[in-house]
Amino acid sequence: MRALDLFRFAAGALTRHLLRSGLSLLGVAIGVTAVVVLVSLGESARRYVLDQFASIGNNLLIVVPGKTETSGAFPGLGGAPNDLTLADVAALKRQVRGVADVAAMSAGTETVEARDRRRQVAVLGATDNFLRVRRLELARGEFLPSDEAERGRAVAVIGTQVARELFPGADPIGQVIRIGSWRFRVIGLVAPMGTQLGINIDEIVIVPVATGLKMFNRTSLFRVMVELAPGADAEETERRVVALLTERHGEEDVTVLSQDSVVSAASGILRALTLAIGAIAGISLAVAGIGILNVMLVSVTERTREVGLLRALGAGRGQVLWVFLIEAALLSSVGGLVGLAAGAGLTALFGQIFPALAGPPPAWAAAAAFLTALSTGVTFGLLPARRAARLDPVEALRTSK
Amino acid sequence: MIRLVGVTRTYEVGGRPVHALAGIDEHIAPGEHVAIMGPSGSGKSTLLNVIGCLDRPSSGRYVLAGRDVSELGERELDLVRRNDIGFIFQSFHLVGRLSALENVELPLLFAGVGRRERRERAVKALSAVGLADRATHRPDQLSGGERQRTAIARALVTQPKVLLADEPTGNLDTKSGGQVLDLLDRLHHEGITLVVVTHDPNVARRAERLIVLVDGRIAKRLPAAEVRSLDELFAPAPTRDTP
Repeated sequence: MRALDLFRFAAGALTRHLLRSGLSLLGVAIGVTAVVVLVSLGESARRYVLDQFASIGNNLLIVVPGKTETSGAFPGLGGAPNDLTLADVAALKRQVRGVADVAAMSAGTETVEARDRRRQVAVLGATDNFLRVRRLELARGEFLPSDEAERGRAVAVIGTQVARELFPGADPIGQVIRIGSWRFRVIGLVAPMGTQLGINIDEIVIVPVATGLKMFNRTSLFRVMVELAPGADAEETERRVVALLTERHGEEDVTVLSQDSVVSAASGILRALTLAIGAIAGISLAVAGIGILNVMLVSVTERTREVGLLRALGAGRGQVLWVFLIEAALLSSVGGLVGLAAGAGLTALFGQIFPALAGPPPAWAAAAAFLTALSTGVTFGLLPARRAARLDPVEALRTSK
Repeated sequence: MIRLVGVTRTYEVGGRPVHALAGIDEHIAPGEHVAIMGPSGSGKSTLLNVIGCLDRPSSGRYVLAGRDVSELGERELDLVRRNDIGFIFQSFHLVGRLSALENVELPLLFAGVGRRERRERAVKALSAVGLADRATHRPDQLSGGERQRTAIARALVTQPKVLLADEPTGNLDTKSGGQVLDLLDRLHHEGITLVVVTHDPNVARRAERLIVLVDGRIAKRLPAAEVRSLDELFAPAPTRDTP
């Protein structure tokens, strides 16, 4: 028997019961759609996060005080990590080869006041190069002056949202704000940027890093961002940074995150989440498979006489098996195709509504969903098909229905 | 053409053996037209199924066209049915969703014959039974007689050596039954070996000779002319062979 004839014969049997075939096909379609749409959203979210990282520059090492890995020392005996200081920053900038620039940051939250308006904001202490290293832009005014980092002059640069709320309708440049008990003159406005890496740039106040440290009574920096020189080897430079700080502190008490490691960790986590969501959606395909099983069992029962006839006409058990197996495969694959189309449509629709999540469904997800649907159909079709193939032709011909 | 030697067929029903065929010895020559009669449960259908290689003898030998088929495996029996045997059933067994022509094509489909040749041969077979103009009709658009003639065309399309008919007129009125019997007569005259199981003396009378089965054994062999006397043999004669 030729494959094409087999398909035509099976398709003919399916179109005989359009509603029944259609419903079991719909089950598969919904399952495939769910997998495609959810995986596609997950992937879009992952891409979105990666873009966020890319937007802050891909040549950064981030130094964080404290060791995140287990040091092996007895807890408590190692003591608190040494402070990461502005002197460390200067040493890094001066002594480590492959380092183009170093930006220091302190952080805290304080009440900011202007006239009678006040609100809580994140106050970031930063060096003059912060703007360039983080790839931010100024909307107006100027950024922190380069020579003021250590003296800690009382000037501040604010985000657009903060400016809107403290000085509605007025020009904030040159105005005075109070941060806690400190007074600052506003000298610049950061261009609107939205949330970047969890910090809403529009809702921060940036002050000179030394001032920031004093304001919150801290001795250690929050983060140090090391910008690599063009062509510098990231791993090699990372080793040198750690070596220098270890030498200065007498022990290894900092953690260096490279852009790559952060990105790949985040990417890995999101990919795992996406796969998990996809797998959960895949469960609906198993349910759809049971629908196919049911329809095929009914079909075999109804067509017992037909099976008997086919055997009498010289069809072998194998051919009968194929007839029913192809029917199940057709149901699941047509359902799968419908599901893929619906999934692509829905994904496009989501992309229209949430442009950040736009993007076609990943090909691997579409292929995996379709193949899962097909193999589910065939797997669940196997039982009815084998039942049909095992029918005794004499008994089957004698069946009254 | 058909030689049966000591053929038995035993079923298990509820754990007890039932001897549907209890030792059949028979020879049917090529081109012969033989009728098998007997009361319900006498083993007529079982005998026809064994001859048609749908069922296998429990013991004994069956030689079909010079070849011992009693020892053949299932796949080989599939091929024997496909190539050498044509079946006609009381209830036609047409596939409802297929047209008359497609029904006739079915055996060729499973034999792997190509589309074009299949169509040609099926058209020819339908013409031979006088249904060329009914080719595109589905079974539910055909009369009973037309359905059985379609089924006969389907049995003939593979050009089998043996045509087996199980109550071919059982579901037909007298007139269309007569047409079907005329058609079978014609096929017989063209040389096919024809074995017909029937309750109906009018059907049996057309055969060249008659085998009477009782309790799985051949009780009598008669020339067809003596069929009339059979009415008393297993009276009252049922009109249909329904299981």
